[in-house]
Amino acid sequence: MAETLYERPSVAEVVTAKRGRGGRLHWTDIFTYVYLTLGVLLMFGPVVWLVLSSFKTPAGLIEFPPTLLPLGQISVDVEGYDKPLPLFRATLEDGSVRDLAQVRRIGIVSQMVDPADPETTIKVPIGQREPVREFRLAWENYKDPLERFNFMRYLMNSVIVTTAATLVTLLINSMAAYGLSIYEFRGRGAIMLFVIGTLMIPITVILVPVYLVVTKLGMVNTLWAVILPGAATPTGVFLLRQYMLTIPKDLIEAARMDKASEWAIYWKVVLPLAMPAIAVLAIFSIMWRWNEFLWPLIVLNRSEVYTLQVGLNAFQGELDVQWHYILAMTVVTLIPVVLVFAFLQKFITTGIASSGMK
Amino acid sequence: MTQIVLRDVRKAFGEVNVIHGIDLVVESGEFVVFVGPSGCGKSTLLRLIAGLEDVTSGDVEIDGEVVNRVSASERGLAMVFQSYALYPHMTVYRNMAFGLENTHMPRAEIDSRVRTAAEMLQITDYLDRRPKALSGGQRQRVAIGRAIVRDPKAFLFDEPLSNLDAELRVAMRKELAALHGKLGGTMIYVTHDQIEAMTLANKIVVLQSGRVEQIGAPLELYNAPDNIFVAGFIGSPRMNILEATVEEAGAATRLRFGNATITLPAQASLAPGDSCHIGIRPEHISVAEPETADVIATVAYSEHLGGETYLYCDADGLPQITLHQTGQLPVSRGQQIALHFERPRLHLFGADGKTIANGVSQ
Repeated sequence: MAETLYERPSVAEVVTAKRGRGGRLHWTDIFTYVYLTLGVLLMFGPVVWLVLSSFKTPAGLIEFPPTLLPLGQISVDVEGYDKPLPLFRATLEDGSVRDLAQVRRIGIVSQMVDPADPETTIKVPIGQREPVREFRLAWENYKDPLERFNFMRYLMNSVIVTTAATLVTLLINSMAAYGLSIYEFRGRGAIMLFVIGTLMIPITVILVPVYLVVTKLGMVNTLWAVILPGAATPTGVFLLRQYMLTIPKDLIEAARMDKASEWAIYWKVVLPLAMPAIAVLAIFSIMWRWNEFLWPLIVLNRSEVYTLQVGLNAFQGELDVQWHYILAMTVVTLIPVVLVFAFLQKFITTGIASSGMK
Repeated sequence: MTQIVLRDVRKAFGEVNVIHGIDLVVESGEFVVFVGPSGCGKSTLLRLIAGLEDVTSGDVEIDGEVVNRVSASERGLAMVFQSYALYPHMTVYRNMAFGLENTHMPRAEIDSRVRTAAEMLQITDYLDRRPKALSGGQRQRVAIGRAIVRDPKAFLFDEPLSNLDAELRVAMRKELAALHGKLGGTMIYVTHDQIEAMTLANKIVVLQSGRVEQIGAPLELYNAPDNIFVAGFIGSPRMNILEATVEEAGAATRLRFGNATITLPAQASLAPGDSCHIGIRPEHISVAEPETADVIATVAYSEHLGGETYLYCDADGLPQITLHQTGQLPVSRGQQIALHFERPRLHLFGADGKTIANGVSQ
């Protein structure tokens, strides 16, 4: 019935909706569009720039002035030459402009031939020629690291770390939250404060002691060294606990009367009801773990166990930074986070709204 | 069939004592109602029996066994909560089956029990729905169904009807009474609504401030209240309680209340100068000739319902007196009427609130 009364507008109608009537723009429409366009540029500009740049060749990256699109010089096959020759647009002495292929370059003069007439060599000063380029994606930026540098392995490691750590985090955080929200005991508030208090200790302070513990346990250079130390997060306990406090006490008591064991109450009643909070924590945990850098850098020293972020860092030598690889692999590392955002958007907004965290 | 016995049960939350030593026997198959104003400890008492709270001292016995140290899940009781406490993430069927699943009962048996209970409560059509999709009355039935399938030793109800609208409440009340007749189990029911208490109970326990004021059958409490609190609490509209002082004792006792006096047969415990209370229910006051009047009052407000009439009358120095008569009275607002108190139904309470007499001779 509702459909007949109210027709849902299409996406295009919503996007182009304006206050002005009859096709004219109200001044607020203009203001809004300008404001939103700025916002889009500010938010997406860097990302778009990153993605475009990730397809540029190393030479294209350091070019000045920079080009927006990834461009590559066109090469042509010329009769009599084994390799394809790069194509230039040269201004000749008589003022005519022709597309010529460069055979070799000697000093400031390049020897060129016309692809249509490979017999005659033309000498052109290098200042008088410009490369002829076309839109071209440097897929090798992606292919090389993924094939040669074992980046697939890093990607796998990252996926393993993120999934395992998130599962462990959810399990133990929710158990702690259950204890601190469902049971009423003396000192509950103090314990909670203590847990929250650990938020104030920055990771850099505990870096060395935790490293020593991890070493003693023989976990250095295993993925467990990354998964376990950060599994219990005060933020997670806090988030889940606050949510569980809102679960009516009657439900827990009803479950007790229903002969449910404490585990059954936790697993079958509280956990399903805390799903919105669990989802929020899962998203946060995935993002934290995926982007984690400092700790993995310290405990993972062999390239087989590198995570993506550490692997990325390996492209950054002391003298030579391989920007084209870094950019390409940065795009790769972004993909899962973007997917998480796309599919779990609803939970993220409620999560941020309810916890104030990002 | 289960007998529940409380022996000097006390409960304190920190420094605050909420239950001050309660002795009670709930006989097998009895429908016992705990009634009292809010904060009287009736829900706490129920939770003590359920095992959701631990007693501070005293014993709770179920079938002769002290269960103080037995957890709620092991006591074998079922409880219906005020908020229904249905698991929102489970269907009606799973809600009812949950308690049975926890005892590792075979699936077939669970299924047959749930379906039998659902049929009894006429909720078979909603078994696949979530509680969110049910109305208040339906949720109430599911909550009761969840208790029934467990086949518990006793049913505990914590103000189960207070979230329903008036009409539904009356209907559910009848159904609960019918259910008790059908199942015959021991039931303990907490309410602040004395009408629910009167209509459902075999035995009413009136509580105030964590103490039992009186235990008895509904009409027993109505006819012979032990004290002024029970007298005021049971019955609707409330009993008229009039402060009085003894003017004369001896062969007859004359009491002065407001500007009026009333002469009653001798009351041994009253001496001249004592203060006491006269209690008379609205339905036991009649409009009389001025000669036989106990008090002359002015009608401040009247409610003519056709089948019955309520009059609210003002008299000098007295609180408003309510009068309830069946049938129609030709009385209007502002009119002066003579009121007569029926002596056999008149109650006398001492200064300490204890009953001196329930009914006096003419």
